[in-house]
Amino acid sequence: MSQSYNRGLIEDFGRWREFSAGMWAWVFHKFTGWVLVGYLFTHIAVLSTALTSPEAYTTTIQSLESLLVVRLLEVGLLAVAVFHILNGLRLLFVDLGIGLESQDKSFYASLLLTGAIVIASVPTFLAGVFG
Amino acid sequence: MSTQLPEQADEESSAAEVEPTSQARERRLQKKRERAEEAERQAEKAEKALDDEDTYHLKVFRYDPEIAGKKEPRFDDFHVPFEKGMTVLDALMYARDTYDSSLTFRHSCRQAICGSDAMFVNGKQRLCCKTQLSDLEEPVRIEPLPHAEVVKDLVVDMEHFYDQMEAVEPYFQTNDLPEGELEEQKQSRENREKVKMSTRCIWCGACMSSCNIAAGDNEYLGPAALNKAYRFTMDEREGEDMKQQRLEILEQEHGVWRCQTQFSCTEVCPKDIPLTEHIQELKREAVKNNLKFW
Repeated sequence: MSQSYNRGLIEDFGRWREFSAGMWAWVFHKFTGWVLVGYLFTHIAVLSTALTSPEAYTTTIQSLESLLVVRLLEVGLLAVAVFHILNGLRLLFVDLGIGLESQDKSFYASLLLTGAIVIASVPTFLAGVFG
Repeated sequence: MSTQLPEQADEESSAAEVEPTSQARERRLQKKRERAEEAERQAEKAEKALDDEDTYHLKVFRYDPEIAGKKEPRFDDFHVPFEKGMTVLDALMYARDTYDSSLTFRHSCRQAICGSDAMFVNGKQRLCCKTQLSDLEEPVRIEPLPHAEVVKDLVVDMEHFYDQMEAVEPYFQTNDLPEGELEEQKQSRENREKVKMSTRCIWCGACMSSCNIAAGDNEYLGPAALNKAYRFTMDEREGEDMKQQRLEILEQEHGVWRCQTQFSCTEVCPKDIPLTEHIQELKREAVKNNLKFW
């Protein structure tokens, strides 16, 4: 063999249309995981305003909650957290070797359940923003 | 029609040779040219006749580092007449035999035993001899296995795959031999059932090519090698100390723990081996092996 041709990563994200259920589950799990790690930092930042005074915390949280963007982000955060939890359960079963033949169905189920829970949460999260 | 780049060079060289020749040679060359023309005509005729017939459109990856005009990878189109029960391999062989004899791909047994013709067909790793053309959408896009270096056309370098397979010592070894010299090493029915699926591996490399962890981490053993390791680790006849030795290979950093359960390998395996399940079981064995409560 005089020479060979390296095509690099053929199955990159450009081929997302061809991803299977397990691959999507992996991608979403990674993504939601990183989002949750990122959220932890904001979470700690907001909570630490309580170190200065209880009033500072109250005003911070009240001003944040009055923003529509924050309310929408909260819905997104719930979606991310719920999916991560449900898919985490799915992965737990995968690790235990239970029901590996229906891993794709459990992925779809966790997606559907996430959707249902998020939709049900919308009235609570967006209460009073438009009023 | 496929490209026939080297032909031009042939003609030039033959023209140069004509000058100092005897008549016999002239005649021979003339005949050769006629034959070439005849072949060309026939190929064209075959192609024309196909227009009305039921044909399949193949788009085939081409690359040849040894010929100047083919160094840039490209896709060639072939129109192959469809016959009932035709596989992708049949279509490739037809294209090679009819249109372009330089089309290169590996194949041997044509019945999913030898594992030489795993390719990337319509975006999925498949065994060509086991894939029905009628199951595929047109144009059928045939590429060499991803995440491996292409040697020529559809042939990839399998060296790394074989290295990984060898790394798990894919052969039976045991320290507890039976008493008598001629006594058989019997395996229980249950144990045989346990390893049954994992013995079906044909070393085609489809799983390794589909795994995107293996693509990014060249040291990762990969699904095929781990499945091979499973086949022997779970074999009760090998004995405890051998199992220990095998687990030590598997629980290294680039062993079982790199698997992130994407199920890509299980999805593409032409022999339907539950690869992810086997890797997960090896992970549990590795944990059990290392957990100590004292």
